[in-house]
Amino acid sequence: MSRATLRAEDVTLAYGHTTVVHGVSLSVDEGGVGLIGESGSGKTTLARALLGLLKPRSGRIVYGSRELPAMGRGERARFRGAVQPVFQDGSEALDPRMRIGASVAEALTAHHRMDRAAREARIAELLADVGLDPALAARRPHQLSGGQRQRAVIARALAVRPEVLVLDEPTSALDVTVQARILDLLQRLREEHGLGYLLITHNLAVVDRLCRTSHVLYAGRVVETGATRDLLTRPAHPYTLALRDAVPRIGVPTAVPAAVTARPAGTGAPAVADRGCPFRHRCPLAVDRCHAEPPVLRDAGGGRRVACHRAEEVLSGALRQ
Amino acid sequence: MTLMRVRDLEVRIGGRTISSVPSLDLGPGECVAIVGESGSGKTTALLATLGLVEGARVSGAVTVCDTDVLTAGPRRLRAIRGARIALVMQSPQAALNPAMRLGTLMRRALARHGVKGPAAKARAADAVAAVLLDEGVLRRYPHQVSGGQAQRFAIALAIALGAEVVVADEPTSALDVTVQAEVVAVLRRLREERGLAVLIVSHDLALVSSIADRVIVMKDGRVVESGPAAAIFAAPADPYTRELVAAVPELPPPYDPASPPASPPASPPASPSASPPASPPRTGGAP
Repeated sequence: MSRATLRAEDVTLAYGHTTVVHGVSLSVDEGGVGLIGESGSGKTTLARALLGLLKPRSGRIVYGSRELPAMGRGERARFRGAVQPVFQDGSEALDPRMRIGASVAEALTAHHRMDRAAREARIAELLADVGLDPALAARRPHQLSGGQRQRAVIARALAVRPEVLVLDEPTSALDVTVQARILDLLQRLREEHGLGYLLITHNLAVVDRLCRTSHVLYAGRVVETGATRDLLTRPAHPYTLALRDAVPRIGVPTAVPAAVTARPAGTGAPAVADRGCPFRHRCPLAVDRCHAEPPVLRDAGGGRRVACHRAEEVLSGALRQ
Repeated sequence: MTLMRVRDLEVRIGGRTISSVPSLDLGPGECVAIVGESGSGKTTALLATLGLVEGARVSGAVTVCDTDVLTAGPRRLRAIRGARIALVMQSPQAALNPAMRLGTLMRRALARHGVKGPAAKARAADAVAAVLLDEGVLRRYPHQVSGGQAQRFAIALAIALGAEVVVADEPTSALDVTVQAEVVAVLRRLREERGLAVLIVSHDLALVSSIADRVIVMKDGRVVESGPAAAIFAAPADPYTRELVAAVPELPPPYDPASPPASPPASPPASPSASPPASPPRTGGAP
């Protein structure tokens, strides 16, 4: 069965006069799609747009064959059920005064009519599905551990039988062993329910586990996209390489990547890309051309697309120490 | 010389031990990490080294810069806190007063320890430079700087006061990986150049392995394993440590043109003596 896909087509998003996402296109499929970037890269804003919570300044958000703003009321309700968010922190996503069962049921009753017995049974089934003891339905969020709360949030998202989950840093608030179990859970649920995942994170290893393709976002632009494994083992963009090299690894002394230290002192946010490459101020490979001409996303072979004038050199190892 | 010495530290609430550390020594320029998950007692142990545990029975001995923290009075504790041992917290922006410019914050902290006027100014400038920040940050409010800058400022505050020991509770968990790398680099620099001793608490084993000399692994309030970081990560002895190490999400190894994985590109490596054929893709250099 082919499911309706969720797509962003050349989407530009802005808050007031500040444009935070510039012409991004992506498509969420069953293989899982990763959106990688640092704070302020625009990844969460893009997720909000894909959830229908933010209207694009230009471009389109399309679900199936329909564009989001053009949907009628019924269609929109179906969309809201079909595309479900899972946010970072389960303690904030759940109403502290509501019991877990009620939180999950709220989603159920919003989308389906059912009697009490059927509802209770469905809640138990959902909690069991995410590996929670159904007895926890009677607890409140503060009585659960962080991992249990995140499972409850996932159960609530599954309650309405969604087709796509938009996961925004689903594991970064959790302990490492709990993280690993939540990732296992997400992998199993995807296989069992045939879900599409859009995974937003700055953790490359998480993307590697769950997403077949990935997009790297810098200053609101996709700077590199391709098969995740390929992209991580052999980055074509200096920013992807910097992100990769900054990940601490056991037994490997972390060298601070050149692109990290090259950041001009005193600037936290990426520089405004008036002209030239948005990454040029942090890029160890920047040449005159990078200051004058913004690179466009172009084919780099093997399904890879990259926005860098010197991608071929990066691929051939120009930045390797 | 030992800057921090912990012996038989035990923190108990209502007869239950919530954190116990038999032994911990920290010398100048060293870094010891306490690793564990939520509820392991790692943060309690860290707070105990500052004499900040309240509402619990604390026994054992904690000596920081020749002061017995557990028996010292409030005045004595105030004298060493900040000036000899400083705390860096997880969320830097929450730790800094939002209504105060960073420069004001630093000036007040220095004044409290008797450093005023031009001397304070010089100290502030030196400390900010030591953490690779621009002096301009002193004119900013906490919300006007990035998370990484705020965290480096928190470290600068410790440096300005002349702290010899920094205790840091998950100092990088709230930060992006690249920013995390910056903070780690700054800490490493300060250890090498100024002999700063660092006690770090974290659940991020990969981070810890990249910065700590020695590691203490805690679970349910007890130390399950401790020793040199390299040895522990190379061959974790305790099952729980093994579980922690295994849980660290792993990145695929970087592509190495000298020994390409399964399907190599058309051109063979330049030097024929380089490798036996069909070598496995795992060639990172680390044993």
